[in-house]
Order: sequence, then C-alpha cells, then structure tokens
Amino acid sequence: MEFFLLLLTSGIAVGGVYALIALGFVLIYKATSIINFATGEFMMIGAYIFYTCSVLVGMPAIPSFIVVMAGAGLLGLLVERTILRHMLGQPTISIVMVTIGLSSILTGVAEMIWTSDFKSFPPLFPRAPIIVGDLIIRSNLFWGFVVAMTTVAIFALIFKYAKVGVAMRATAGDQMASFSMGINVRSMFTLAWIFGAIAASIGGLIIGNIGGVQPNLGGIGLKIFPVVILGGLDSIGGAVLGGFIVGIVENLAGGYLDPLVGGGAKNVAPFVVLVLILMVRPYGLFGRKEIERL
Amino acid sequence: MRIGDYKESYAADEAVFVTSTSRFWLGVLFVMLAIFPFMAGEYLLYMANITGIAIVAALGLNILTGAAGQISLGHAAFVGIGAYTAAVLTNRFGLSLIVCLPLAGLVSAFFGVLVGAPSMRMKGLYLCITTLAAQVIFEFFFVHWESLTGGIRGLNIEPPTIFGLDVGSEFGFYWVTLVVVVIAATMSRNIFRTRVGRAFIAIRDRDISAELMGINLFRYKLYAFAVSSFLAGVAGCLWVNHLKSITPEHFPLHESIRYLAMIIVGGLGNILGAIYGAIFMTLIPEVLQTILKFFEGYFPQAMAYLYPLQTVVFGLLIVLFLVFEPHGLAEMWCRVKAYFRLWPFKH
Repeated sequence: MEFFLLLLTSGIAVGGVYALIALGFVLIYKATSIINFATGEFMMIGAYIFYTCSVLVGMPAIPSFIVVMAGAGLLGLLVERTILRHMLGQPTISIVMVTIGLSSILTGVAEMIWTSDFKSFPPLFPRAPIIVGDLIIRSNLFWGFVVAMTTVAIFALIFKYAKVGVAMRATAGDQMASFSMGINVRSMFTLAWIFGAIAASIGGLIIGNIGGVQPNLGGIGLKIFPVVILGGLDSIGGAVLGGFIVGIVENLAGGYLDPLVGGGAKNVAPFVVLVLILMVRPYGLFGRKEIERL
Repeated sequence: MRIGDYKESYAADEAVFVTSTSRFWLGVLFVMLAIFPFMAGEYLLYMANITGIAIVAALGLNILTGAAGQISLGHAAFVGIGAYTAAVLTNRFGLSLIVCLPLAGLVSAFFGVLVGAPSMRMKGLYLCITTLAAQVIFEFFFVHWESLTGGIRGLNIEPPTIFGLDVGSEFGFYWVTLVVVVIAATMSRNIFRTRVGRAFIAIRDRDISAELMGINLFRYKLYAFAVSSFLAGVAGCLWVNHLKSITPEHFPLHESIRYLAMIIVGGLGNILGAIYGAIFMTLIPEVLQTILKFFEGYFPQAMAYLYPLQTVVFGLLIVLFLVFEPHGLAEMWCRVKAYFRLWPFKH
C-alpha cells in the first residue's frame, strides 16, 4: 500500500508538470490549429537557457527564471513570424512536418552550442524531502509540482479575466467574429506561440531541475501527445486532467509492470492507454467533436 | 516538341510513358543501372543498396500518406516488422530470400491493417497520433519480446542466396534491390491508375465527398494501410538481408520521420518524387560528411559538428521545402524541364 501511495504521489507530481507543458501545446492548438511537435524542444531550450544563466553566467535563480521566460517568448515569436505564419491553412501533413523539422533544427543547434554532454542545475529548492504522514516526497518533485501548478493557475486567471486572455479565447472560438470586434487576430496567433513557448520552457526548467538537461530532453515532448489526446486537443481542462492521468499511469506501470516485462513499461503504458481511450472516445475525453460540412 | 494529344488506340491512351523520348531515356537509365555495378566500388554499391531499400519504403509511405492522405508516424515500425519476420523465417525455417520477401510484406501488411483499424472512427491528427502510439508500442515489442527478436542484441542472419546463387555481397545484392525497386515502382504507378488508387486520392482530397460518391472510406483506408505496410515489410526484408543483422535501434521514431521527410522533399503523392526524395535524403548525410572532411584541414574540430549539423540540415530541408517548394523535387525537376524545352525563348 505504501509503495502504491509513493507511486501515486510521484505520479501526481510529474503529472502536474506534464499538465503545464500540455497547456502550452493546447494554447497553440486552440488559437492556430497547429499541432506543435517541437514542444519538447521548447522545453529543452528553456532548460538550457536557465543552465547558461545560472551556471555559466552565475546569476541567481529568480533573474535567470525571468531570462528563461523572455528567451522562450522570443523563440516563440521568432518561430511564429518566420515559419508558422506561412503555414496557416496548409494541409495537416505540412503543419505536422514543419514542426517536426523545427524540432530537429532546435535539437541540432542546442547540441552545437551546449554539446551533447549531460548538464545539471545547481539546487533550486530546499533539499529537505517533504514528509506527509508516512509518505516521503522528493523535494524536487514537490516544488516542481508547486511551480507547475502555480503557472497553470496564472495562465488560467489570465484567460478568465485579463483582456488579452479573453481576446485569445474569442479568437479560438470564432476568428471572423473576433476580427469584427476589433481583435487583432494575427497578434493573437503570435501571442499564443509566445505563451505556449513560455509554458513549455517552464516545464523544461522543472524537468531539467529533476533530471538534468541534454539535447535529447525534447524526447519527453512525445509524452505530451498521450496527455493532450486523452484530454482532447482543444480543451485546457482536459490537458490538465490528461497530465495527471499520464503521470499516474506511467508511474504505476513503472512500479508494477517493469519488473515483469524487464523495463520500458513506463514509456509505453501511456500510449497503450491512449489507444484504448481513443477506441472508445475518438475525440479524447473532453475534445469537441467537429461537425463537418461540405 | 509535343504540342497535342493524338491518341488513336486504347493502348496508346493507357501507356505510362507517353512519348518516345521518355521511353528512350528510360532505356538509357536501365542500361546505366545495369553497367553501374561493374564500374562502382564497394562503397558506392553499399550506398546504392541502402538507397534502393529506402526507395521501396518511401514508395510504400507515399501510397498511404501521399495518395490516401493518412499521416503515418509508424512507418519504420512496419519496416522493422518486415525485417524481424524475414530474420525469424530465415533462421528458424530456413526459407530463402525469394520466399521471405512476399511473406515479410504480408506479415507487415497484417499489422498495418491492425494499426489502420482505428481509422474507422478517427482521422487527421488523432489518427496520426495513433500511428505514433503504434511506433512506440512496436518498438517496445522489438526490445522486450526477447525469445523472438533477440532483445537489444537483435538477430543475425546468414548471407542470403537465390536459386543457389550467393547474393550476400554488395554486388550480388545490388541486383536483388534493383529488381525489387523496379517491381515496387511499377506496382505503385499502376495502383494510381486503378479504381483503388483513384479512391485513395478522392479520400485524400475530401473524405466526405469521397464517401458520398460511394467509396467505402474504412475499407479503402485499410487497403492503403495494407499496401503501404506491405512495401515497408518488403523493404525490411531487404534491409535485414543486406545488413545481415538487426537491432531495435534500427527502427526508431526518427526513422519514421525520415521516411516522411523523403516523400515531402521529393513531392507528396508523386512516384518519382518518392524516388528522388529517398535518393536525396540518403545522400545528404554523406555529402555533409564529405564537406566537413574538406573543412577539417582548416578547422581541426569540424568533424565534431557532423552529427548536430546533420540534424540541423535535416530539419532545415523539411522546413524550407514546405515553405518554398511544397511540391518537392519532382516539381522542381518539371520546371527545369519546362524551361529547357523552350529555351532560349521564355514563353
């Protein structure tokens, strides 16, 4: 039982981070209908910027954090303006492939700049593990979870109350209507990319803090697909819930199935669950079923 | 110069190569392909073989993604299934290469239909992610079904023979690859001229319209998955007989993406495009290596950048082609031809 609870709590903690990264993904998808295969690479770049600021330059944690957000926002802006703007309205395959190409470019550039060696961060949070009753939670996981959930909450508040957030939701809902209400739809697209990149980079920061950073950190981005598909591609609430489901499923699978099959169950289990859920609900748990007309 | 269609028989109307010029150049191509192995060294033959294998796999993906419009992120897994099938059939049952080729294709096609089955209810991005899931799940089986696949160490096979002839060398295998490539290309070309191929294209262009015209979407999507993974399986069988060993590392997600990149760079839905794309994407890493070797004289650590540079160039090619030349190399080649046909006049 204790083992189960341990797996469950670490699953929830990791799931919170997944939820944050998935949020960045869903933001971009909702606003622009672009499925971003480079989410994982945005994470990796965020983690590397933090590494550069805090280790190589020697800045304290909070300013480095601000630099990461600024850098990620700039990256999002750049990518949207130079590449993705040309792809609006193109067939799905082109959009999928252009973001895959982008992820390959970012990985290669990161490897050129920071080499493929493993880099680890200085400790960000208090080292002492968190103890709840009999449970011991690793401090990195716990504080990572707190940061992730705070960021998700801030984003949620922006969307609910800030003018920008409401305008973004309006754009996602109906572009024509937003145009006629005086919303600058194009700048909303750019903003979606900036927000998406920031969310992903904070996620990358947390993951980098837990396990260090390498150019192939972006591979974790693949796990975002079970998360967002489970929740439904265009549902923010679904993305958060999907994050928790995937975090818990992979930890339970890692704990109970890995000894039976000899490892690897942790990575494959979310995808098995994904296939099973899609068989029953082809639009994810909370996705909108699109009605198509000719 | 050809300025009109003057066809007087059904045979002329159905011909693949319409003009005598194109038939002439096709003949020249075959003669050159036949002479090539006698002139080329071991390394060039090796490159020709892996290019040929890539062409077969790309032709398969081109049918599924290019013609039927279903994005597959799991093509490498089907190549892998073909390769493992061939290795197991050869090792355990002693079947020869010529029997293994279609069998590997069939087993792969079976799994293709299995993966394609969710397309009854899903499409677009959701289906694309299902194929990603298939890639991850099959990769897991390659690594962990040790009694069959040999786990991480993989499988080794004996050099293949055909009718008692040893084709294990690069020279011998060249002929096997060449024959399979020609058959696969002819088959692909002919599929597009049949009812099935036209149905694929109708589904790609607008699935609802296709359904209204009486095309059974589910059945034809399954056909597309089956044909595509059949070719992938055949490519896998060639692969294992060429390298004589396989490990799960040969068929990662990145390999699937490479096949997608081939058909995009070459030109989606175009047979020649798939061939150009496969050749181009196989040669690019070698070209980069040569360039870096040249620069090594000036910058001693240039070779250290080889791997990241390959990654960057790979991504850059995909992005640039999609932004500036969405119809790929095939379209570029058409434009070059059109330019020279009228040269030196502009119009």
